[in-house]
Amino acid sequence: MKFDRLKEIVEDPWGTLGEMKERGKKVVGYACSYVPEELIIAAGAHPARLTGTREGIRLADGHLQSYCCSLVRGILEDGLSGRGAVLDGVVFPHTCDSIQRLSDIWRLNVKGGFHLDLVLPVKLDTDSARDYLVDVLKRFLSDLERALGVEVSEADLRASCLLTNEIRRLLHELYMIRWRRPELLAGADLHLLNRAVGIADRNLIVETLREAVADLGADGARETTKGNKNILLAGGMCSTPDIFNLIAEAGGRVVWDDFCNGGRMFLEPLRLDGDPLAAVADRFLSRVVCPCKHRGLTDRANHLKALATERGAGGVVFVHLKYCDPHAFDFPYLKAELEKAGIASLLLEVEDPLPPGAQIRTRLEAFLEMLD
Amino acid sequence: MNARTDEKERKKIKAVKKMKEIMTFYYIDAKTASETGKKVAWITSGGPVEPLIAMDVIPVYPENHGAMIGAAKMGVELCEKAEAMGYSGDLCSYARSDIACATVNGGPIGGLPRPDMLVCCNNICGTVLKWYEIQARYFNCPLFILDTPFCHTSFSAEAKRYVRRQIDEYITFLEEVCKKPFDRDRMAEVGRLSIEGQRLWQAVLDTTINRPAPMTAFDAFFHLALIVTLRGTQQAVDYYRLLLDEMNERVREGVGAVDEEKYRLLWDNLPIWYRTKWLSDKFAAHGACLVADTYTSAWCSSLKYMNEDDFLESMAEGYTRIYLNIGVDEMARTVIAMIDKYGADGLVMHSNRSCKPYSLGQYDIRSIVERERGVPTLIIEADMCDERNFAEAQIEGRIDAFMEMMAAKGSA
Repeated sequence: MKFDRLKEIVEDPWGTLGEMKERGKKVVGYACSYVPEELIIAAGAHPARLTGTREGIRLADGHLQSYCCSLVRGILEDGLSGRGAVLDGVVFPHTCDSIQRLSDIWRLNVKGGFHLDLVLPVKLDTDSARDYLVDVLKRFLSDLERALGVEVSEADLRASCLLTNEIRRLLHELYMIRWRRPELLAGADLHLLNRAVGIADRNLIVETLREAVADLGADGARETTKGNKNILLAGGMCSTPDIFNLIAEAGGRVVWDDFCNGGRMFLEPLRLDGDPLAAVADRFLSRVVCPCKHRGLTDRANHLKALATERGAGGVVFVHLKYCDPHAFDFPYLKAELEKAGIASLLLEVEDPLPPGAQIRTRLEAFLEMLD
Repeated sequence: MNARTDEKERKKIKAVKKMKEIMTFYYIDAKTASETGKKVAWITSGGPVEPLIAMDVIPVYPENHGAMIGAAKMGVELCEKAEAMGYSGDLCSYARSDIACATVNGGPIGGLPRPDMLVCCNNICGTVLKWYEIQARYFNCPLFILDTPFCHTSFSAEAKRYVRRQIDEYITFLEEVCKKPFDRDRMAEVGRLSIEGQRLWQAVLDTTINRPAPMTAFDAFFHLALIVTLRGTQQAVDYYRLLLDEMNERVREGVGAVDEEKYRLLWDNLPIWYRTKWLSDKFAAHGACLVADTYTSAWCSSLKYMNEDDFLESMAEGYTRIYLNIGVDEMARTVIAMIDKYGADGLVMHSNRSCKPYSLGQYDIRSIVERERGVPTLIIEADMCDERNFAEAQIEGRIDAFMEMMAAKGSA
């Protein structure tokens, strides 16, 4: 399977967004998976997930100390360097302390375009939080309408919900195919698709995913590869495609992931029988949480254990960005809970880009050997 | 010789003795709660303590405990223990110390009393959410989270409704855990005492407007403990009245905290607990007095939103719009207002690896302050509790260079 067009897009996200803009499309950048793309699409704009430049940080260091993660630093660099000028506006949701401050720093230093803060609740398990979330989404929609000079109808919202649901359904299907026959789709290609989902025209995404599912589907229905070396990846935003290859080279198979720009993207389809905004809110409330959010004390552990068992993973590899506090706080508990369930885990703390060298490779090899 | 000893004696703040006494009894009370049948709640430093006081629950502050661990120079040992438990060394050193301490009852007071409940308000950071989740699992006790939406540029009507509803949920939570009804009359009284305490604390801090300043930010770091832990009690009100009288007397007599005060500086961020004395001496040796700080004043920064006749109604806004829960530009405006109010000639920023919401954005605040007021800034890279992140020689060099620059600027 070849994804040449998507590869071009992922390799040159700003060029891609620039072309869209030339074609008259408004482009709205956003950080983190808690921004409802549906609302941006319904407002006629193109949502672009900001993932940060990987290299050549020059300007962001003047605004951020060394103990800030590479994701936040990379996003700010894109803004300060002028690459982000293509954006008609940006949306920062309330998630971690660093993204919260990134929003302020961006607002004060990157000119041009509108700036919206989506101050979501942190608690996602109470009635008052749900009501507040719906209120926040309503305000967000009216802010978007004002900023983009459009009026969004319920039909617009329903159409965009159908579109994102279709992307979720196809992605899930592709994950299932790959789970059964990992060799059909290289990990790096899966990663490429996941990256592209946040950048490329969403209709192109649907088209590509449909083709891929049709192409691989027949073969993929046949069998499930079982084995102790099946790996579940877990963490926040994965921007290190090398991890798939490194695991493959060490003799393992990535069968599933729980990244917020991976497996967690397509969890919980939108319920389309009622108010679309309430449906968007309910999806955030029912989806397993990012560690910045709270929905009980055992939500993430239960989810990971169930996922590892369901997908037959012999081990979990956590890929955490250095200085990502929410994930780092959860790790000892998750590790202990997985251990209780007989699932081994390994933590890789990385910075984007991955440093050259054999350390990660050696650790992965040792971990996979242990899984025998 | 005698004159110098007298002068040193004259500079000592007498209320310190009383403060130590109050805090000792407070911790004895808390540690013997299980024997006296009182309930103990662990609460975050920016959390709404008043309803706890109204319910006769003893509030205990892991962050205050963290400061004690830091000041006792026991932070490194406990942080290392947390790291051995799997926690990253990049995480908040208060959280690391406390999480480790709970498992070994270590630290300067042999650990905190076991909590009957946990109350976490995320108005200071997202870290407390994770930290309290961990402790709720460890102690297997109920956790209440007061979720205060971040105010980047405004406090929205929907945020206000949400927090207000949570105040009611908080009261229901307390009634359930304490198995008794909430006394609203008592709450009104506690609310009045809380506001009176905050006003007195602000008045104490404002005595440094005088030249020479009768106390420094390093003194404020110490005297802060009561407005954090015993806010809403008569005891805190009485204590700050006593301290205020003493400060006013020093002002009348012209007693300055620093000999020959030449420079007035503003401190930003948490103290470096294991080096407060060292830093205090270091700045004093240059004739520099840290006249105010953004940290200790945070416990009265919401007074403008509070209504003493209707505390419960106004606390939703008061607890949400505190210093750390606002945008970088509003923080910069606060810093500038403090520079003006206290007549500061320079800004000292502690870039604190443990506290991202306080520290990320400092470079921008520095630029805004330099642009608006032409006031120079010294940035000290360190950590509030983990001494491994304090490079003494480098920091000493930076302070000396900064003070020399201030001197050159003064004589220019």
